[in-house]
Amino acid sequence: MPRYTLNVDGAQRTVNAAADEPLLYPLTGELHLKGPRFGCGLAQCGTCTVLVNGVATRSCVTPTSAVVGKKIRTLDGLPKNGKPHPVQAAFIEEQAAQCGYCANGWVMHTVALLEKNPKPTDAQIHDAFANVQCRCGTHIAIIRAVKTAAATMSGAPRAQDPATHITVTQAKSAPAGQA
Amino acid sequence: MSNLTLNRREFLQATGALVVGAQGSFFIGDAFAQGAPAAPPVIVGPPPTALDTWIRINADGSVIVNSGKMDCGQGLDTAYAQIVAEELDVAMGAVSVTMGDTRLSPNQGGGSGSTGVRLGGNALRNAAAEARRVLVESAATQLGVPAAALTVENGRVFVVAEPAKGVTYAQLVGGKTFNTPLKWNNQVGNTMNVQGLAKPKDVSQYKIVGKGYKRADIADKIIATEHFTAHILPAHLLHARAVRPPVAGAMPLEVDAASIASIPGAKHFIKGGFVAVVAESEWQAISAARRLKVTWSEVPPALGGGEEKTFDYIRAATPTFANAVPMFGGKKAWDEKPTQAALAASKRVIEADYECCFQSHARISASCGVADVKDGQANIWSDTQKPHYQRDGIAKFLGMDPAKVQVKWMHGAGSYGRSDADEAPYEAALLSQAFGRPVRMQWSRAEGMAWDPKAPAAVISMKAGLDEANNVTGWQFKAKGFNGWDVKFNSEGPEHTLVGMLTGHKKWNSFNFNVPEDSYKFPAHVHWWETVPPYLQEASPMRTAHMRAPQEMQTAFGQECFVDEVAIAAGMDQVEFRLKHLQNPRELAVLKAAAEKLGWQPRGAREPQSGDVVTGRGIAVHAGYGSFTSVALEVEVNKKTGRVWVKRVAVAFDCGLVINPTGIHASLEGQTMQAISRALYEEVHFDDKSVTSVDWGSYRIANIADIPGKMDYVVLNRPDKAMGGAGEPAMPCFPPAIANAVADATGVRIRRYPLTPERVKKALQA
Repeated sequence: MPRYTLNVDGAQRTVNAAADEPLLYPLTGELHLKGPRFGCGLAQCGTCTVLVNGVATRSCVTPTSAVVGKKIRTLDGLPKNGKPHPVQAAFIEEQAAQCGYCANGWVMHTVALLEKNPKPTDAQIHDAFANVQCRCGTHIAIIRAVKTAAATMSGAPRAQDPATHITVTQAKSAPAGQA
Repeated sequence: MSNLTLNRREFLQATGALVVGAQGSFFIGDAFAQGAPAAPPVIVGPPPTALDTWIRINADGSVIVNSGKMDCGQGLDTAYAQIVAEELDVAMGAVSVTMGDTRLSPNQGGGSGSTGVRLGGNALRNAAAEARRVLVESAATQLGVPAAALTVENGRVFVVAEPAKGVTYAQLVGGKTFNTPLKWNNQVGNTMNVQGLAKPKDVSQYKIVGKGYKRADIADKIIATEHFTAHILPAHLLHARAVRPPVAGAMPLEVDAASIASIPGAKHFIKGGFVAVVAESEWQAISAARRLKVTWSEVPPALGGGEEKTFDYIRAATPTFANAVPMFGGKKAWDEKPTQAALAASKRVIEADYECCFQSHARISASCGVADVKDGQANIWSDTQKPHYQRDGIAKFLGMDPAKVQVKWMHGAGSYGRSDADEAPYEAALLSQAFGRPVRMQWSRAEGMAWDPKAPAAVISMKAGLDEANNVTGWQFKAKGFNGWDVKFNSEGPEHTLVGMLTGHKKWNSFNFNVPEDSYKFPAHVHWWETVPPYLQEASPMRTAHMRAPQEMQTAFGQECFVDEVAIAAGMDQVEFRLKHLQNPRELAVLKAAAEKLGWQPRGAREPQSGDVVTGRGIAVHAGYGSFTSVALEVEVNKKTGRVWVKRVAVAFDCGLVINPTGIHASLEGQTMQAISRALYEEVHFDDKSVTSVDWGSYRIANIADIPGKMDYVVLNRPDKAMGGAGEPAMPCFPPAIANAVADATGVRIRRYPLTPERVKKALQA
């Protein structure tokens, strides 16, 4: 089986991979990374996303042989000096996960977007995530996190997101009725 | 990395004095056990009757809580930590919660019916209160003062009049066991409860419960330190993939081993109708599954003529069972004759059928399970919602003693009912037993959509009569659909799984659909449900089971769309009509709150709107899970494309006592998007031979373009009412509220969900 030396999160890593083997499998198998995850194997959901030379790339369909010599960045490698990346910090702050399985795709696409375009418009955000899936329906919190991350990274005031508001009313005397 | 062994925290728990002997019969016959079985059921694993099973205090004073439930992404563990911290008087940060590990917890039913807080929370609250009582008693002895002179703050017991005089929980019991018995109600599963001598706090004393807390697990998931099932990679692991028949019901006749000979180490496995491959690496397993040449039997098309014929099939089918009560209500007779007579005597009769398509769980990643079966012991890593039931089922499947099978629940792809999550762990266990090595089975995207248990398709037939003065004279609700229990919600036996059926375990015959639990009261009001036979009795890709708000998405669609239609026929505003006929004040309260938040003003039908984009409003109400919800919303309909966008939504929600408003907000936002997805897009496509929606192109779900422009959530906290569920009760309001709004916008009533752009466009052109 061919061996490839890959630059993963700034370190040279040598992996075994078949000639047609997508990058996802050595990353999750041999290198035990927990960020990129198998979602569909069809480049339709984004769960396996890594950055290759700064471009959000679906590792489930990208041959390992095609990324030799390129800079691969993963969710696992985003934190620096024990601190989460600003995009990760924004997702944590905004609680932008339910099951969290697809979070990798959203975070990595956010990093790719904001590194290129620190102040994206709503339309640009929609375009950037057109092909990223979340099954739990966390989209509302995710967009909040994207906007929080954009504000942190660009220093600009935080942009408006879809208005969502919760009011908790303490009912003083509850009506009678079913328990 | 492999997480094969117990981590330190788990190890200390499993090897301590956790097993305190059989105390199950200790309290039998007292008031608490009234109505419970005469003899306690046999408990495999930690006994519910030991306080140490539920709560432990570490040497550093931190608190470990063990729960037999699990979290599906709604932050159940955070709510549990609040409940326990409240009763124990410790800081939130001191509490960590372990869930769904059969080595550490009794069977509390797992994730099920939004029972996490409303049922699972009771045992923990009582256990925590008892732990505090025992600790205060112990401190009283140590300090030489009466217990009544003591109070607790932050895990330190001290004399109220002399705060310097005190002792910490850590000093009292840190790292040791309580050895304190609890009374158990002899129930296993969701209704399991325990209590000690202590009385839990009154809600008026709450400082932590009712406040918003963020989830701790999100950070671990976002910085990639959390393990999902898929990350479990024990040494000497074999990767596995299954090979499914191209046609439903086909059986393997011959497997050509030579077809995968070029892949080093790859082997095939066949037992009954189950075909799989194993290999040393995941990619080799994928490659082998693609290349393995299998000759399948020729079978006649089994899927009832495909999706075009779904509703004809349902209407024509002879029912397998019928009943007039909601899901777990037992058996009840009904009489439709008085309703028929009332309708016959009415001035006007209104009738409508509502159709609900099959939907797929389509988890973001399909089923994954890891099993290590050796030396008479089976260790299973699984994201099943019901780890204890799965332990019992896999034990039966492998012919093992359940005490020798351990299931460790792991975080997994979001799971909302009886999804495919239960499938791969069974298959991994079978393969591990056969090959004598740990096995990780991962389903493909196509398997997760084509072969998962489906939400059942149904026809809801509604009839109502109106008299001269437009008063309702009679009301019929009849649901006829595929069986909600074609496979059981618990995988407690192999017969409930695909691999079980494929290896000769005959499926059970138990039937369920549902009727609404709302409080509408009409004269001559009758409701009942009927189930229809499955297309294929065993191992069907179209087998049906629970999916979030099971059989309530369907029943609410019929009931709440028809309420709208009858209100309009009676010349009444839809909110006023509901206010007139709903009986429960809590339903009335959420209905009013949602309508008010949206700015609903009474009016008749909307004047026709010009232009391609028209707007309309709709409302719906739902009762269930001990909670009450109303959703009022406004939609935009693009008449050219058929696209529906929910522009504004107001949700009013009453789940009794609120534990964590932050968690409820997140759950309601999540339900908003997932319910919009099910209302507008999700539909299983299939022909007469197989499922054809097998990826995100063919099984569409909502995306960020579907986020509403404005969302308001009103939570009516009722601290004097029992805790209700918060995981799914809002879901059923969305399909009817959206269909009602589309009718308001366009004047065209669409009586089938999902309201896909194609379906809406076609209806508007008709």
